[in-house]
Amino acid sequence: MITSPNVPQQTIAEKILSTHAGKLARAGDIVIANLDYLIGQDGTSGVAIDSFRKLGVKKVFDPNKIAIIIDHSSPSPNKGVSDIHQKIREFQKEQGFKLYDIGCGVCHQITPEQGHAVPGDLIIGADSHTCTYGAINVFSTGIGSTDLAAGWASGKLWFKVPETLKVIYNGKLPKGVFSKDLILKLIGDITADGATYLTLEIYGDAISAMPVDARFTISNMAIECGAKAGLMEADKKALDWVKQHAKRTPKPVSADKEAKYAKTVEIDITKLEPQIAKPHTVDNVASVSQIGDIPVAQGLIGTCTNGRLEDFQISAKILKGKKVKEGCRLIIAPASKTILLDMIKDGTYQTLLEAGAIAVTPGCGPCVGTHNGVPSDGENVISTANRNFKGRMGNPNSFIYLGSPATVAASMIEGKIADARKYC
Amino acid sequence: MKGKAWTFGNNIDTDLIIPARYLNTSDPAELALHAMEDADPKWVSKKAEGDFIVAGENFGCGSSREHAPIALKAAGVSAVIAKSFARIFYRNAINIGLPIFESAEAVDSIKAGNEIEVDLANGEIKNLTSGQSHRAQPFPAFMQELIKAGGLIPFLKQKKHKK
Repeated sequence: MITSPNVPQQTIAEKILSTHAGKLARAGDIVIANLDYLIGQDGTSGVAIDSFRKLGVKKVFDPNKIAIIIDHSSPSPNKGVSDIHQKIREFQKEQGFKLYDIGCGVCHQITPEQGHAVPGDLIIGADSHTCTYGAINVFSTGIGSTDLAAGWASGKLWFKVPETLKVIYNGKLPKGVFSKDLILKLIGDITADGATYLTLEIYGDAISAMPVDARFTISNMAIECGAKAGLMEADKKALDWVKQHAKRTPKPVSADKEAKYAKTVEIDITKLEPQIAKPHTVDNVASVSQIGDIPVAQGLIGTCTNGRLEDFQISAKILKGKKVKEGCRLIIAPASKTILLDMIKDGTYQTLLEAGAIAVTPGCGPCVGTHNGVPSDGENVISTANRNFKGRMGNPNSFIYLGSPATVAASMIEGKIADARKYC
Repeated sequence: MKGKAWTFGNNIDTDLIIPARYLNTSDPAELALHAMEDADPKWVSKKAEGDFIVAGENFGCGSSREHAPIALKAAGVSAVIAKSFARIFYRNAINIGLPIFESAEAVDSIKAGNEIEVDLANGEIKNLTSGQSHRAQPFPAFMQELIKAGGLIPFLKQKKHKK
């Protein structure tokens, strides 16, 4: 193919940042870009409000493009957090943006589910897993509180245009293997800083074949290998999903055929086993057959990684008519109230409770260690979350293993880390 | 700036720098009491004002919590010297005015307890104990302006003032 030298060949990231900066953006450039939506959560917004006050700006640039979601400690477990929640509520009353208060769900489920993200958007969030909406072709990335405050004030933010790492999954998903296993495999292969300062573009027949809910799991964890965003193309499935949730018109963006990539990683998944990330880093990944005998005291199904309806349906199918092993605790945390209501409607909720699960408020649940199931000293946890850092769940003397919802459900039956393929 | 080096390994994540269980406040002084707690519970009582954190690859990976650089700055850390930084921590540190330097060479040569002196303006890292000297990766011009202003808020205020 002959490409005209006048037509720039760009990655998805370069294209989205070009449109929003109003000029041609190439990897390595620093651009100031217009933002389509900005989110904050209760862990980070308190500091952002302080920074906003220091800026001396009276009003946010556009309250219709801003939301704060109270999800990290919801409802509040102590007075300190209650004070932060109150500060957020008062700021919201003053500024008039959208507030999702306790129990609405996790910010990264709420943002796409409530229609705040459409393909081609540029979105920032004061939460590292903001990269989740890459699954619907949104350049979304996590930033800190001061960047959020600057965005609130001006509707703009500076970006260094990232180079892109192209990831291609070859082959079909084997039985009992899910999108979580695909992303854990990638992180294990390229390590926790394998994509630092880079953006991922993710392709493959297995990606095209999976529902959008499952794709979110992959983009959600792009940050765990250091990536700035985890982008996928908007195919018909993604566009249909967005149409069901959002009113704004999507502006889908594909990479040009001769776009330049920093690197391409191809992964053959035809024989992939369920993957487990062992303590205390997400890139410490092993196949389930290599994991050995690991007793578990607590399971968690939920979070912005794997707290969607399909995740609970997969878990319920495995746990139906069975019981969580005596001595184990299974905590479920739906990623939003909408998901919780859907789980009640289709019987998933009842199946899981009858199997012995304990449900907590839609939100981040125990993932971030502020409440709702802090493990005790020496305990092993098997979780569908995205991080297993030391102390992550509130106790530095516990050990967190990460896997798919099917892996957690299977492990709860056996009381040890189990191979989900036996149950699928 | 001059102080003692405290050495840490690769992938020091934000949960190690400031665990989420302490995010029930945004008061820098309170956050500082728990800085690095899950990496070394006694670090806070051992370090002195002006000391340096010297770490391996991917320092500050994980959460976007700005409390991490805030806690280190309030704990009296002069600067963090690492082989590399996670992207969000890198931005946050510059935004709040915590000096950071990237130099694999310096990290490999600095031993725990070495006396370090850093020239903020030119990124020269001197190891007063060993007598060695290293140069950190320079920042892009735009970031140098941010650093010079003392962070994003003073930078934006200066710009507004100029207008």
